[in-house]
Amino acid sequence: MTDRYAGITEEITRIPVAYPKPGAWWICFGVALCLLALFLVSAGMLFWKGVGIWGNNIPVNWGLAISNYVWFLGIGHAGTLISALLLLGQHWRNALNRFAEAMTLFAVICAGLYPILHLGRPWRFYWMAPYPNVMNIWPQFKSPLAWDFFAVLTYLTVSVLFWYIGIVPDLASTRDRARKRLPQVLYGLFALGWRGSARHWARWRQSYRLTAAIAVPLVVSVHSEISLLFAAGPIPGWNSTVFPPYFVLGAAFSGFAVVAMIAVVLRHALGLGDLVTPRHLDLLGKFTLATGMMTAYGYWAEAFDVLYAGEDRELATLADRAGGSYAWSYWGAIIANFVPLQLLWVRRVRRHPVALFLIALSVTIGMWFERYMLLVTALYRDYLVSSWGEYHASLWEWGLFAGMLGVFLVPFLLFVRFLPVISSFEVKEALFEERGG
Amino acid sequence: MREPTPHTEAFGIVAEFDRAEALVNAVHKSRDAGFRRIDAYTPFPIAELTDALDFTENRVPWLTLAGGLFGAALGYGMQVWTNLDYPIDIGGRPLLAPPAFMLITFELTVLFAVLFSIGGMLILNHLPRLHHPIFSVDHFHLASSDKFFLVIFGDDDQFHPDRTRAFLDGLQPVAISLVEHTEEPE
Repeated sequence: MTDRYAGITEEITRIPVAYPKPGAWWICFGVALCLLALFLVSAGMLFWKGVGIWGNNIPVNWGLAISNYVWFLGIGHAGTLISALLLLGQHWRNALNRFAEAMTLFAVICAGLYPILHLGRPWRFYWMAPYPNVMNIWPQFKSPLAWDFFAVLTYLTVSVLFWYIGIVPDLASTRDRARKRLPQVLYGLFALGWRGSARHWARWRQSYRLTAAIAVPLVVSVHSEISLLFAAGPIPGWNSTVFPPYFVLGAAFSGFAVVAMIAVVLRHALGLGDLVTPRHLDLLGKFTLATGMMTAYGYWAEAFDVLYAGEDRELATLADRAGGSYAWSYWGAIIANFVPLQLLWVRRVRRHPVALFLIALSVTIGMWFERYMLLVTALYRDYLVSSWGEYHASLWEWGLFAGMLGVFLVPFLLFVRFLPVISSFEVKEALFEERGG
Repeated sequence: MREPTPHTEAFGIVAEFDRAEALVNAVHKSRDAGFRRIDAYTPFPIAELTDALDFTENRVPWLTLAGGLFGAALGYGMQVWTNLDYPIDIGGRPLLAPPAFMLITFELTVLFAVLFSIGGMLILNHLPRLHHPIFSVDHFHLASSDKFFLVIFGDDDQFHPDRTRAFLDGLQPVAISLVEHTEEPE
């Protein structure tokens, strides 16, 4: 049994200590750096010329920027939810939670950048913070924009802290295994002198569990807040009462899909087949399927609401969604989200890495269509014919979107290369407890 | 619990075990033998060990609660105060709008609960601390992999270099070593 502990430690810490297959990693990192450069160019251009370089206009003043914001933030939520399974004593989460949380961090950073870039004068984003200023005015706390600021900032801070205290014991483990001086010093600094004292563990557990418990309502509040961002605007198609749960579940849906994709890739690339087993893929498949069916209910409830209420403009928006200029996004969302998803009812498909990856990819794209559909199909035809207009994303918006993938991938690849991607002490703890101590 | 200061003759004596059960057992026996200033080092949290050491502290949960209450008061108070400080009348809507204030109040409740919880945990654990005498023990690097360590601190009332070592020997550890104080700024 102790051999097994040493084996787990070795299997996980060998990745940061002596990375296997650095060639493939460098290729991915090179691509990610190009995307990051694209982000810098697109954002620089935006700062230089202003939001005019985007396709946003009146009436469609929310375009790719805000749909991507909702999409990225949604992806982040699955990481937090997987971590919170800790409270239910689900040992299988240990093989997934570390990289799922890292995914959360970087997705939240991407999400947080979008509203700032969308501001028009992005360099004044700090006006959202309540700080004493010479004009003696304060942020408008009744505005969803101010809610956004607090929600994203809190979510980012809590995610960083939760992930960091979760990784400290493994940083200590990596410090103890590093052979060269510089890694020893760096891991040592970030491990904060962790030495696994029983009293430290006891306090650590209290703090870790409480943070996990608080993170669940935080996820719900953050994504409900985003749906209120919509509901607070008197726009047909944005006033459905199903919005908060529908948004939260849709977020979890896209997030689980991305976790499944990352799990399949890391498992293959780093040879973690005996820690991330087909059972984990199976469970991720089940979660994706379950949250997907709940999201499908949201689609249905939204349409039912409109038909049952029979309000003219709402009916027209529903018709625009199904057959208007942006019908491709509505049907794209329905087809990509729910058609391949049904394959996950089959156990063999859930346990098959390639199949699971492709279905998850389809869901990720489908959920992007959905966020786009929700925004644009509602805004482009308002109550008055005078405020009808079309929206087409400009090249700079697409450039920023592609670049944002670089903002996500660069830190994620650095994480994979330099930090323990799986929580080794929690895997060992689970093993200890499952064998009856 | 404060760890020994350099005034005692030694930091303590450390015994190494290769099974978690053996360590839990050793902690029980040490406490039965009257040792009070002891600690254990393990690669992962072990609930039985917390009980064996009679660790009943609840300061972290209380700090979390305090942080939550502080955040809630700060969040709500900030919104009330700023709205009164610079009143903006928009269509006669109430200046103080509790439903609109709840979201930020909740976010700050969560934020400060977590800050107090994690910050409190680190402070109570005296972390970060980059140097510690225990790191000089041979094989201590295995405490983060698969070995389990028990230390009896040098400032325990019953500590005696030879007798304590003999006592630990009776628990059949893999290895025993005396830990000296090391020079450190503290």
